[in-house]
Amino acid sequence: MTTTAPEKVEAPEKGFAGESIPRKEDKRLVQGQGVFVDDVRRHEVGYVHFVRSPYAHAAIANIDVSEALALDGVYGALIGEEVAALTDPFFQLSVPPGSEIKDYALAVGKVRHLGDPVAAVAARTRELARDAAELVEVEYEALPVVVDPEHALDPDAAILHDEAGSNVVWSGEFDWGDFDAALEEADHVVRIERLHFDRFSSTPLEMSGAMVEYDRGTGQWTIHANNQFPGFAIIMMGPALRTGMDKLRFVSQDIGGGFGNKICTHPQLVALCLLARKLNRPVQWTEWRTDQHTANSHGNERVFLDIEVPVKSDGTMLGFRCKAIDDCGAYSRYEPLGCIIWAQVTPGMYRWRNVHIDFTQVCTNKSPCGPNRGYSRMQHLWFTERVIDIVAHELELEPVEVRKLNYIKSEEMPYETPNGCVYDSGDYARCLDIALELVGYSSLEEKRRNAESRGKLLGVGIGSTLDSGTNNFGQSQLLNPDLQFSGNNEVASVKLDIFGEVVVTLGTTPQGQSHETVASQIVADILGVTPDDVHVRAGHDSYWNTHAGFSGTYASQFAVTGLGAVKGATELLADQIRRLAAVILGADGPDEIELGGGFARRRDNPEAALPFLACGAIVNANNAGLPEELDDVTLNCRYVYKPPFQVPDKERKFGNLTLTYAMQIHVCVLEVDPETGVYEIVDYSAVDDCGNRIHPQIVEGQVHGAVAHGLGAAVFETFTYDEDGTLLTSNFYDYHVPHALDMPPLRTDAIESPSPFTSLGTKGMGEGGGAGIHAVCAAIQDALRSAGNAIVTDSHNPYHRVWELLRNPEASRALVRVEAQ
Amino acid sequence: MEPVASMQVSVTVNGDVYGREVEARRLLVHFIRDDLGLTGTHIGCDTGNCGACTVILDGVAVKSCMLLAVQADGASIETVESLATGDGELHPLQQAFSAHHALQCGYCTPGMLMSAKHLLDHNAEPTENEIRRAIQGNICRCTGYVNIVEAIAAAAKGEVSA
Repeated sequence: MTTTAPEKVEAPEKGFAGESIPRKEDKRLVQGQGVFVDDVRRHEVGYVHFVRSPYAHAAIANIDVSEALALDGVYGALIGEEVAALTDPFFQLSVPPGSEIKDYALAVGKVRHLGDPVAAVAARTRELARDAAELVEVEYEALPVVVDPEHALDPDAAILHDEAGSNVVWSGEFDWGDFDAALEEADHVVRIERLHFDRFSSTPLEMSGAMVEYDRGTGQWTIHANNQFPGFAIIMMGPALRTGMDKLRFVSQDIGGGFGNKICTHPQLVALCLLARKLNRPVQWTEWRTDQHTANSHGNERVFLDIEVPVKSDGTMLGFRCKAIDDCGAYSRYEPLGCIIWAQVTPGMYRWRNVHIDFTQVCTNKSPCGPNRGYSRMQHLWFTERVIDIVAHELELEPVEVRKLNYIKSEEMPYETPNGCVYDSGDYARCLDIALELVGYSSLEEKRRNAESRGKLLGVGIGSTLDSGTNNFGQSQLLNPDLQFSGNNEVASVKLDIFGEVVVTLGTTPQGQSHETVASQIVADILGVTPDDVHVRAGHDSYWNTHAGFSGTYASQFAVTGLGAVKGATELLADQIRRLAAVILGADGPDEIELGGGFARRRDNPEAALPFLACGAIVNANNAGLPEELDDVTLNCRYVYKPPFQVPDKERKFGNLTLTYAMQIHVCVLEVDPETGVYEIVDYSAVDDCGNRIHPQIVEGQVHGAVAHGLGAAVFETFTYDEDGTLLTSNFYDYHVPHALDMPPLRTDAIESPSPFTSLGTKGMGEGGGAGIHAVCAAIQDALRSAGNAIVTDSHNPYHRVWELLRNPEASRALVRVEAQ
Repeated sequence: MEPVASMQVSVTVNGDVYGREVEARRLLVHFIRDDLGLTGTHIGCDTGNCGACTVILDGVAVKSCMLLAVQADGASIETVESLATGDGELHPLQQAFSAHHALQCGYCTPGMLMSAKHLLDHNAEPTENEIRRAIQGNICRCTGYVNIVEAIAAAAKGEVSA
């Protein structure tokens, strides 16, 4: 077995951990007293508007800003040529050809997607800035467009990045187990020609934005922004701006949702930094919804081709082989990390040992992609669930039984996957049983007949999904062996201040994940106080000294890395309080002191007690005469949590890529109208297992949200481009996200399989792995069984697509065939 | 004649009367947020779809991005800042939202609360479907609406304590 040595698990003590206490964040947020990025005010601000390309692909012949600058109240402008002179292109993570891509804060030389920013204008008001942007004259020479990722590889396809000489960002082969031997061993081989995972994004309600100030005396930028991964932004921006990391101070308080979509804002932030310096005034930018949809961060589209699945006659699946083409849009900004991140969940939840994937990521003339709730694993998990259900469908196996047959068993945990990842714990079959029971699966046939009597087709679908959390950034070296990233870290500090106030500072950037509340529960239990006694600073500031290279809130990890840091720092503080109290109270040693009720007490004499107020006051303001042995007692303790990772084996692409594996199983029951293809979800269950839950209500809230995102993507949400590369769903008018009446009734439950690898038995959760998409696809396929037997091959199934499946099931059936060996 | 570029307006917001010279094209939401500094009212789209900017204007729940500030001349407006009492006691809807975990990031919350208040002002005992219809114009991307619907129902029944 592997790289990770299990740590000792502590049984959760009776305390605040595990209780759904009131959220600390709510008091300000329900009163409209949160401070979101657009709420930050400064004097003499220049409001910024970006001038964006109306073409998907064009050379920039000329940019003339003179008319804009002549407008009264316009402070200045920035164009691509200046950016190219003043900054270096963003560091590329890929090997060639992707490494040759030149990506700047504004388009230089040509535009590569609709909405690509070519200039930025700053003015006295938002409206003036917009007026001025319209006066910027840009001459374009249109170029041929690449919209379809499969055509991006054609020899005659237009090339987006001439320097790269190809539309390929990264390509590589993943080969684990022995796929040819699996083919030999199989009784059947199921072949699926093509599966397509659609393009959408979680579209947080608050758009991206920033207030950027530049201090000429120190050369420092202060960036009030809702970027959710400042660690990554600083690594990208420092070299581009030719400045030190400490010159980029990131500050945020409340962030209105992120879902990964607020990770890749570094290009816009660099443009703002240049403008703030050039104009010598604070500059403010709040993205418009249309800008967010056309030019910020989409979820990756992925096509799976030539899929082969060797299957034994009893339904045991031995693995799979396929080609995957991933479309990252016009620029690789977090990419090609998605080319490895799926491998955290290589076999999905199944005991598949033989896997071969030929993976290629390409650029197209569409919005750049970035992490999106379930990033890269969601696409792959959708693929594994589709494979399971298509194979079951073709071989007439029961979807529940075939899952239970192929699921990794609870007694096999921790389980090493074919590529060396270690699934820490879980009981998939039990969660499936609970989820099925919640929707009354035992009376399914009765419900099916009832639906038929009303002229409807009833379908049931299962979505089994993993939420891998706490990245080992060493996985980046499997894409590019020269990268110098590995492991992970997060920081917290906990101090006891002069008036006895417990103050907690986090390195995270929460966007609704309730970190203030959850951190206070852990601190309260260790120090023997209540969460109300614990002040957790709201938001993030990279100058708080709780910032490390991977600080931020992304990739399902707070319950492990964030709380690991909080626990570590609080334990250090508790130890210092005990040592101090032992000296003051004349106890034999720190072990003779216990903490409770805001006091440090002698165990042998509870009357001898020192209030925290006194501890804080002595160390901070009344320390004369303290003995030398207490020199290191500062009551201000910082802890960096580092998960126990090794660098993966680059040759074999083998190793543990994430520390924890939360899971969710969803079951969807829907009814299809065979005349129109319109369907309604009539029942829905979601069962979650994320190990020990510190705050069950918050966990359940994350599950609800993940369901809504999954259902939105399955039914409504798609970024549709026409052949010219024009986005047809560029705002909430055309891009329909679930509203209150769109959401079906939800039934939720949870089990707890504590992680043996984390100090609190917790697992990161919140992304949900797109289970809703998987479950809806499976339910539609089930419903159509008696009406043409179509196969669902797309992740996005609006009503018209279901109508097409009903009208012409043969088109989908032609994509699948079963061969007896 | 030159077109009028700005106008004097008088608007009552949360009981206070404000007189301001505003650009004729200024949206009501920008007037509330930028001119009056009441930043509890949020903006989440350009098209009137998201409802983050919902306020109550002369007794009607409206999206303040869909009105010009000059159209509000003489009107009386309630924003999220009006819900809690002066001494800090939260409105029953605010208490219920917190107790039922009806907010995560909190960005849609002010608009959601104002739509919910408008509903309860006119319908003291709404059904679940009526609650869902009332917040149909308010997008939440965090909660899937489950706990929001529960919270509004609880507030209607006077069950607000956590």
